[in-house]
Amino acid sequence: MTADRALWLHLGVLAALLAAHFIAPAYHHTNIARIMVLAIYAMGYNIAFGYTGLLSLGHALLFGAGLYGAGLLVYHAGAGAPAALVAGVLAGGAMACAVGLLALRTAGVAFMIVTLMFAQAGYLTILYFGSYTRGDEGIVIPRAARMLGGLDLSDDGTRYLVALLLFAVALLVNLALVRSPFGRIMVAMRENEERSRMLGFNPFTVKLAALTVSGLYAGLSGAAYGLLFGYVGASLASVQYSILPLLYVLLGGAGTVLGPFLGALLMFYLIDYASAVTDAHQFVTGAALVLLILFAPKGILGTLRARAIRWLP
Amino acid sequence: MDFGPFLLLALMEGLVTAAVLALTASGLSLVFGIMRVVNVAHGAFFMLGAVLAWFVSEWVPGPPALSFAVALVICPLIVGGIAALADTVVLKRLNYEPEATIVATIGLLYILEQAALSFFGPDARPVPAPLNFRIQLPWFGYSGYKLAVVVGAALVLLAVWLILKHTRAGLVMRATQIDRDTARAFGINVDRVYAGVFAMGAGLAAIAAVLIVPIQQAHYLMGGDPLLLSFIVVIIGGLGSLRGTLVAALLIGLSDGVISTFFAPTLAKIIATLVVALVLVFRPQGLFGKRMA
Amino acid sequence: MTNKLITPTPSRRTILKGMAAGGALLATGLAPRFTQAQSSAPIKLGFQLHRTGIGASYGRWYERTAGAALTALNEAGGINGRPVEIVFEDDGTDPKRGAEVVEKLTSQAGCDLIFGTLFSHVVMGSAPRAGELKVPYLVCSEGHHVASGALNRWTLQPGITDVKSQVQSMAPWVTSTLGKKITMVFPDYAFGHDHRDFFTAAVAAQGGEVIKHIAIPPTETSFTRYFPQIPSDTEVLYHVMVGPAVLTFVKELGEFYGTGARPEIFGFIDSLEAVNIASPGLEFLEGTHFWEGHPRYKQADASAAETAYRAAVGVDDTGASVSDPADIATYAHMFSAWETLFVIRDAMTTAGYQGPADRQKVVEAMEAMVSFAEGNDHPQGPKVFNGKTHQAFGLQSVSKVEGGRLTRVHQTAMEDGFYPDEVDYTTQSF
Repeated sequence: MTADRALWLHLGVLAALLAAHFIAPAYHHTNIARIMVLAIYAMGYNIAFGYTGLLSLGHALLFGAGLYGAGLLVYHAGAGAPAALVAGVLAGGAMACAVGLLALRTAGVAFMIVTLMFAQAGYLTILYFGSYTRGDEGIVIPRAARMLGGLDLSDDGTRYLVALLLFAVALLVNLALVRSPFGRIMVAMRENEERSRMLGFNPFTVKLAALTVSGLYAGLSGAAYGLLFGYVGASLASVQYSILPLLYVLLGGAGTVLGPFLGALLMFYLIDYASAVTDAHQFVTGAALVLLILFAPKGILGTLRARAIRWLP
Repeated sequence: MDFGPFLLLALMEGLVTAAVLALTASGLSLVFGIMRVVNVAHGAFFMLGAVLAWFVSEWVPGPPALSFAVALVICPLIVGGIAALADTVVLKRLNYEPEATIVATIGLLYILEQAALSFFGPDARPVPAPLNFRIQLPWFGYSGYKLAVVVGAALVLLAVWLILKHTRAGLVMRATQIDRDTARAFGINVDRVYAGVFAMGAGLAAIAAVLIVPIQQAHYLMGGDPLLLSFIVVIIGGLGSLRGTLVAALLIGLSDGVISTFFAPTLAKIIATLVVALVLVFRPQGLFGKRMA
Repeated sequence: MTNKLITPTPSRRTILKGMAAGGALLATGLAPRFTQAQSSAPIKLGFQLHRTGIGASYGRWYERTAGAALTALNEAGGINGRPVEIVFEDDGTDPKRGAEVVEKLTSQAGCDLIFGTLFSHVVMGSAPRAGELKVPYLVCSEGHHVASGALNRWTLQPGITDVKSQVQSMAPWVTSTLGKKITMVFPDYAFGHDHRDFFTAAVAAQGGEVIKHIAIPPTETSFTRYFPQIPSDTEVLYHVMVGPAVLTFVKELGEFYGTGARPEIFGFIDSLEAVNIASPGLEFLEGTHFWEGHPRYKQADASAAETAYRAAVGVDDTGASVSDPADIATYAHMFSAWETLFVIRDAMTTAGYQGPADRQKVVEAMEAMVSFAEGNDHPQGPKVFNGKTHQAFGLQSVSKVEGGRLTRVHQTAMEDGFYPDEVDYTTQSF
């Protein structure tokens, strides 16, 4: 019964997003499409951080892998959007796996710094190969190349529905994952690695798998961002974009399936509305981080789960 | 330019980089060694020191040397005060849990950068050097002040070492580092020690910034590079090992100039970053540190 | 707007779009204003502003310049008899936020068009969205992105010459006056690579040679160790740096050469934009040359329009703010915000602009333009506009540092900056 309740909740959110397609004003319509794409990234981050306890400061590398994996293929090889999307997802996963093979030999603070360093190296690599990537300036994916089947991804309506479709798949897979036996092992790693090891699970393999799934998500999000919004640039792989999903997840609730989306949504509008009052965006972001970690380290949904809705996945 | 003078210049430049880096990184290392806190806002404290030095140079009349001397005293105190406040208000309440403190210091970094942008502005602003002489060598000219920076940094580091080794405050810090609970049992106010250490770490970054700002200008985004380099130095030197930090600062500072002559500079940076990551993966205690529990 | 819904057989998508647009209007309370659009409601122009982030030094001056131009425009009767408003929105000098700002200005603030963007990566990130929203997007960036064909029909650069043209028009003077063996120092990212590629080619065309490229990583804060790589047979050192470390770069260059022998030095003023040339440590710049898009120091032969422009923006004869001599303008670039506004006025006038439905006419009117005369609307000087490539071409100045001031010693000819078209946007659909 509880399982159904959770499933219905998530389906309800998806239905609400579908309804938003018809009623949301133009400005918010595009914003929500963008937020859904970034929420996929945050969901991926949550799988590593929220469920498995891997606090990475280098996820921009994985997002960037998806972004450039898809973008460069379209831009230089003339690949179609479907192939590029797949390539981006795989690039994110492969990069996560490669990073994981090395970085997962460390833990805690060292893991954060190693991932940060790898991401920094990745960012500089994009700049270094400027003749292909146009470095910081980036490349615009031509409109003609942004066709998925017969769908024009630069059209507002299509873009929203494609973003929603990708988001729905990501959300439901996420839900299934955390409710599967493997999802429980991930949480076990977070809660007590030693005990899980004694139960016969290899922490390295479990973490590597979780990180790779996280990379697939980040890659999907990066590829979708490039194809749906038409821009691929180095700033999207900078350290700022490693912090962003952390912020979303902390705000929405680490270790909850809907938390990343809620966090992305709230953070976007917090900054958007704050800009009418103050130019101090960075202060808003910084204060949000400090206040969250001080007073609501479990985030909104995490706190709700602890207090009221215990069945929330 | 011939290879000899080339190398000489690279070494002189390396020495300046190393001196400032040693100072900045020792602050980071101190905080990590004693408190087990990775302070991401360290670069922001550095920036704050430089920005405050600019304000001091504007407000204090008289020769640049005077305002520089004032800045050298005031800036570390203010920055240290802010750090102590941050420690008491935020970090202490997080119980110094490593992941939570990282997130909190990221937030602190954003807040401090925004404060600098709002009150100091977006421009890079120069601060006059206290002494202005150039050394003209047969092959190239060199700023005399840069050499003074090396001497200044060495003196400060010596002072830090003396404090840690030969004062009661140092003894208390070391005791807290070794075993927080036992230290508390012996009547040491661990909270105050932590606030002091965090302030001292930030103060060291501020001193480094005051020294470097006549060479580099104050700018609200200037903290990023010192932060990354300090991380690199602290990791290579072994997290929490002050001696390792010094050696690593020298190594990184000196090799930085030389490496970038053999590879394209951006490529050199990529390689350096990857090397650091790999050191941490395969030798987490650093090249010089002892393996810690 | 509601009229649009009543088409013979509206597709589902049109209805949805109409509903969405109608919702936006209701949500933002703009519906009444649009119905009066043909009367005297103000024309709203969106300005994508670098108020924070690495472009903030420029952004502050772009805002002041655009504000001064707006006052002048409204005093002269606005556009089509209607007053004009500018809505400034900060993009944090970030391409992702840039696209969101285009969205916000267009869909939420109800702006008729958008202009003012400087940094190339923000232009690249924002232009696709402007094209999708079908809103004219006029950039003030000097990047080659517009003329290279990377962008779209809705993106134009009528207010400033692009970097390819600037660089190319400098080459004949540099090679004939300063020397033919050149070493280039530039930042290792797209803007620097444009300088590297275009100047190297232009120098070769003049019979000169770039003997060494020194690319400096963007995060660098100390530069002395790169200088020994400058070959000793270099006749001209060409430098262009951007970002907060520029002053350090120039200072360290001075320390490096000191009183010893040095090559001729030719720099892009970007290396010293918003920096006082009389700062301590910059004395060695005496006798060196700079490209300037618009001379920072008022020249002896300055036009009346130039004088009026300085007064309107609040810049004194040395290029500093009249209220704070330490606040140096980004003078070589910011004229583009001023001039673009007057190009907008002319295009909207020609197009008989009434409301968003006429946006396409504005682009077409602009594409039909061929030149802008020097005067109050174009204080930087005359320009040629290429409607096919959407790019303006103007005159560039070479200034020499003499007595701590920049004095113009050469002005390029218009033809020096021309190059074959790389795109014809007019053949693309809207």
